[in-house]
Amino acid sequence: MIARLSLTARLTLLFTLGSVAVLLALGGLVGRAIERHFEDLDRAELTGKLQHAQHLIAQVDSLAQLERLSAPLGDAFLAHHDLVVRVLGPDQQVLLATPDAQWPPQLPVLATELALAPLWTWAQDGKNYRGLAATFPTAMGTQVQVAMAIDSEHHDAFLRAFQRSLWLFVACAALLMGLLGWFAARRGLAPLRSMREQAAGVTAHSLDRRLPAQAVPAELADLAATLNEMLERLEEAFRRLSDFSSDLAHELRTPISNLMMQTQVALSRPRDADSYRAILESNAEEFERLARMIADMLFLAKAENGLAIVHGEPVDLAREVRDLFDFYEALADERRIALVLTGDGMVQGDRLMLRRALNNLLSNALRHTSPGGRVTVTIVRQEGPLLLQVENTGETIPAQHLDRLFERFYRVDPARQHAAGEGTGLGLAITQAILRAHQGEVSAASAGGRTVFTLRFPY
Amino acid sequence: MKILIVEDEPKTGDYLQQGLAESGFVVDLARNGVDGLHLAVTGDHDLLVLDVMLPGLNGWQVLETLRRSGKEIPVFFLTARDQVEDRVRGLELGADDYLVKPFAFSEFLARVRTLLRRGRSGMESTALRAADLELDLLRRRVVRGGQRIDLTAKEFALLELLMRRQGEVLPRSLIASQVWDMNFDSDTNVIEVAMRRLRAKVDDAFEPKLIRTVRGMGYVLEAP
Repeated sequence: MIARLSLTARLTLLFTLGSVAVLLALGGLVGRAIERHFEDLDRAELTGKLQHAQHLIAQVDSLAQLERLSAPLGDAFLAHHDLVVRVLGPDQQVLLATPDAQWPPQLPVLATELALAPLWTWAQDGKNYRGLAATFPTAMGTQVQVAMAIDSEHHDAFLRAFQRSLWLFVACAALLMGLLGWFAARRGLAPLRSMREQAAGVTAHSLDRRLPAQAVPAELADLAATLNEMLERLEEAFRRLSDFSSDLAHELRTPISNLMMQTQVALSRPRDADSYRAILESNAEEFERLARMIADMLFLAKAENGLAIVHGEPVDLAREVRDLFDFYEALADERRIALVLTGDGMVQGDRLMLRRALNNLLSNALRHTSPGGRVTVTIVRQEGPLLLQVENTGETIPAQHLDRLFERFYRVDPARQHAAGEGTGLGLAITQAILRAHQGEVSAASAGGRTVFTLRFPY
Repeated sequence: MKILIVEDEPKTGDYLQQGLAESGFVVDLARNGVDGLHLAVTGDHDLLVLDVMLPGLNGWQVLETLRRSGKEIPVFFLTARDQVEDRVRGLELGADDYLVKPFAFSEFLARVRTLLRRGRSGMESTALRAADLELDLLRRRVVRGGQRIDLTAKEFALLELLMRRQGEVLPRSLIASQVWDMNFDSDTNVIEVAMRRLRAKVDDAFEPKLIRTVRGMGYVLEAP
């Protein structure tokens, strides 16, 4: 249940409970202190009166005087309406007593040190009494017992009133603290709310928005930074996806509009059979290209959707490269390009997929090697990962293109898009997807008229 | 040779029928699985071309029922989905080959011929001949017009393929897969180059020209 409460409500509740607890504890302490103070007051008064009685009793030096003692005692004590007194003579005869006052039967009587004597409390007729009793010696040597008690009603009344106002105060304070707490929580959580509003404002069209990581409190800065990183990744993925869609539309639009135009122009007036044939042949070539593009894209989509390598088998990379060299021999020969292979190595994987990945690199290298150049494949194991490098001589690829070479449809020279002999623009993306499916990676480097693609297989 | 096509997509069915008929086959066409199954069970076809997605019975069900009824004719699957499961399932059920749409008709035709040829036994010839071009498969020698021609191993394999399938238009993808075992389309013109070099040796100095490029489809070797 508490997990569902809003942060503001939670903080407000905690504030309120905390302050109520503190106020109650404080009130209790103050109440105790006041009570003790009252007790001290009572004790001081009782002590004073007892001392007075002691003084009077000490002057008694005869039985006659003892009998007359009630008069001065009565004068001294009976006048106080909240004071009850009982004086017992040496034979337990009552010398003086406040009428109607009852005393506990076991009244402890102390001979000495009034200040240390415990106060006795008892209730009678709805009144609370606090009393002290002591025996004092007369001048004759006999003992007279004096007990006095104070009705603490007015102290109790004060305490009750105090408690009432304490409760009222605590209630008001709780309300006030609740309000203040709510206000503080809202103020304190304002950055969170503003973050929420910022985040709510992020849509597909405004993925470039970022949360103000600098402007939020330290506790939220990490969260904001993490969310920003997530947004960045999303933006990147989204950008790629939408680039891909528009690239795809563009890639398909050009050949399809060519086909449409060509066909419609052909149909606009009668032609001889050879013209029709030429147009159909050209269409067939274009369709073949489209079909290949679709096949490539399907393959890529499969490879990118975490296609599992079902057929894990040992693959001899050198053999695959030799087979591909065999395939491209005529092409390389015609363009006087030397094909060189050094080293060998085995990896675990899907042979057909790896062959396809290698083929894409090789055909790419062959396309970009000028006549008389050289394509070198080097297989080498370097402390762990197995590296396969395809190096070709030819134009250096400017550095800003290198990272983007593996993006779908990315071309260093956009004008070459539909040039003869160009691929579908998916070859390197497919190579990357295949390598990733093998937990490997592919990278490109280019400098000084040499371009190197490196496949890195995990150990 | 009699072929039964079961295909519900009207244009695809029509063009497959027309294409195969013009290539010299007798073709029956069924537009749904139920009719297709009936024709396949009662007819005497040499090959069944089956679309996977069909109204009524789908291709899998047609194939399963057909195999349970004891019909052993080869089955060629056409599928719009390039799914590994589809492939595995089709092969488990006893399909003989499959193609993923969109495909080139030349590729389809070449594979159909391969399937139909597979059933036929007969002496594997040791020599092939087209006009005055002779291929001695045992001694790996090529002679044209009495003149010995030197070919590399791959050129020989390429010529052998063209001569074994004289008159058939062979698409580039089939050539790449049969000669070099490359089961994908290369985005280079490597097949054109290889074919040009072969023609330079086999055709350029001779008449008549035997190897012909069929634009948009592939290559064919035929004696005029």
